[in-house]
Amino acid sequence: MMSGNRSNDFVRKAGIALALLLVFYLCIYWVQTGWDAYKVRILNLSAIYIGITLGLNLCNGFAGQFSLGIAGFMAVGAYTTALLTMSPQTKAAVFFIDPLIWPLNSIQWGFLPALLMAGLVSGLVGFAVGAPAIRFRDDYLGITTLGFAEIIRVVFTNTRSITNGALGLKGLPPHTNLYWSWTFALICILLMTRLTNSSYGRALKAIRDDEVAAEAMGVNLFYHKCLAFVISAMMAGVGGGLLGNLITTIDPNMFRFPLTFTVLMMAVLGGLGSITGSVIAATLVTVAMEVLRALEEPRVILGVFLPGIPGMRMVVFSIALMVVILFYPKGFMGDRELSRDSFTNLAARFRRTFLHKQV
Amino acid sequence: MTLEIFLQNVANGITLGSLYALLAIGYTMVYGILRLINFAHGEIFMISTYFAFYGIAIFALPWQISFVMAIALTALLGVVIERAAYRPLRDAPRTSVLISAIGVSFLMANLGLVIFGGRPKTFYRPQLFQIPIQLGRIRVVALFFIIPALTVVLLVILNYIVYKTKIGLGMRAAQWDFDVARLMGVDVDRAVSVTFAIGSALAAIGGIMWGLRFVEINPNMGLFPGLKCFIAAVFGGIGNIAGAVLGGFLLGFGEIMLVAFLPGLAGYRDAFAFILLILMLLVRPTGLLGEKQRVRT
Repeated sequence: MMSGNRSNDFVRKAGIALALLLVFYLCIYWVQTGWDAYKVRILNLSAIYIGITLGLNLCNGFAGQFSLGIAGFMAVGAYTTALLTMSPQTKAAVFFIDPLIWPLNSIQWGFLPALLMAGLVSGLVGFAVGAPAIRFRDDYLGITTLGFAEIIRVVFTNTRSITNGALGLKGLPPHTNLYWSWTFALICILLMTRLTNSSYGRALKAIRDDEVAAEAMGVNLFYHKCLAFVISAMMAGVGGGLLGNLITTIDPNMFRFPLTFTVLMMAVLGGLGSITGSVIAATLVTVAMEVLRALEEPRVILGVFLPGIPGMRMVVFSIALMVVILFYPKGFMGDRELSRDSFTNLAARFRRTFLHKQV
Repeated sequence: MTLEIFLQNVANGITLGSLYALLAIGYTMVYGILRLINFAHGEIFMISTYFAFYGIAIFALPWQISFVMAIALTALLGVVIERAAYRPLRDAPRTSVLISAIGVSFLMANLGLVIFGGRPKTFYRPQLFQIPIQLGRIRVVALFFIIPALTVVLLVILNYIVYKTKIGLGMRAAQWDFDVARLMGVDVDRAVSVTFAIGSALAAIGGIMWGLRFVEINPNMGLFPGLKCFIAAVFGGIGNIAGAVLGGFLLGFGEIMLVAFLPGLAGYRDAFAFILLILMLLVRPTGLLGEKQRVRT
């Protein structure tokens, strides 16, 4: 009897999930085919940033390991994907100063294997960076990972026969579309929900709240911190790969500290330790970045010429970050989540307050 | 490499080292008391050069007055930043304060971009610093002697303030144990403000001399010297003023010599400091002159 109920329940849930997925992908199909390229591009960026922000949140928010190296892992992913997906002819044209080294100059992979490879390579780099770095805490970990990201950038600038140096790579095939980017975002969201509700997630939160106590309770610090670090790096790497093939031009200076700052800002605004917070904040900030572009472009409003002010967007975002950290240090969501339960609770509270108060 | 070029590199190394040392002191003093990487220190340094620049260019002040005003205004700026962005978070988790510091740093760099414009400006060079001096077969301008000499004078003054005055005693007490110092009647808020004022004033002097030395100033010049000088402070032993000076000199000297002796690695110059930091933290986390760190909860 019980098992029958349970399997019915499972079938019901799976049905709902499938139906939602179907609706979701129909929406994406509608947007991809019907909307103009500019809006599609913003939605692509939103999805990519959702994934990367979740990765940063796993490391900085859930596990409490304050890492500032996300731009470095994105660079590794972007370059891996780019070098694997560009056609040999384009590579020959782009690498006109120093030719590309042997195995890379003659291969061209599909987008999926290239992205998986990007995840694998950035995961390995993440392990190489994380294994020595995670013995530090807080600000020292931050400055060390920032240092590693800078080293990655400087190495990419100087290894001209692999990365084409400061000239960067041009003519990446524009593979990224909404199916790719939103599937990536969905996988990241799913992975994060499964992970944070598992024993790994609880161990990570225990490490964040009290490292010594967690170790005393038998949590393997090195293993769990490394795991968080590597998964975070892989998400950033795949996201970087998607980003590269969206904008089709990459160079090492794209991946400097301001990029890490942007992702960190998304995670902090949404709330370190909240998945829904990251999703909301990453989307809002990406859209706001485009909307506020108006501030930086000269335009005429009601006959008055207003010169564009370069740098104004980041001023607005820095102030937003400062206000949040000073007055709402937990961000939009804190470490709470938006789920079906929270809607049910809200409805119940609403009913209690407005309908049953007199009873 | 001829002897002349080598001596020229030595002069360059000492000058750059002096500038790094002046900036590193600000980092080490703040970290010693608040356990905070003052990310905005590099931007304080950047803005000080613009204060001096505009004092001469717009208000047409004589350069002596403009430089002194710039130092005073920068000291004030440092105190204001501490009041506005760090003091409200003193009991918050350390990462919150760090995020706040990163936010201030970006805010100031981008405000600089908005107000001063992104195009680099040419710093005014008074005649005094350009007097050529003949030393045997090499010729250098007076600036190469003024920068290290001024650094030494400033260190002597700083040493006097920290070890001989009452507020210096308060600063050392706050560094030793913030809460106990407060219980003992030390006005720790004042000690922190004075620390920020001194650190920012030294950054301003470093910034003005940076402008005199490298001529070009731009709103993005703060981030990298800032990070490098923090590394210099860690390298010498964080919280230790002599260590910061030593670390600054070694880092400046090392960078110049790396480029001079191994020109093939010149492209890796910006990574040199970070590699040094990571190696130092792995081998000897307390730095060259650092004492054993007390665990603070």
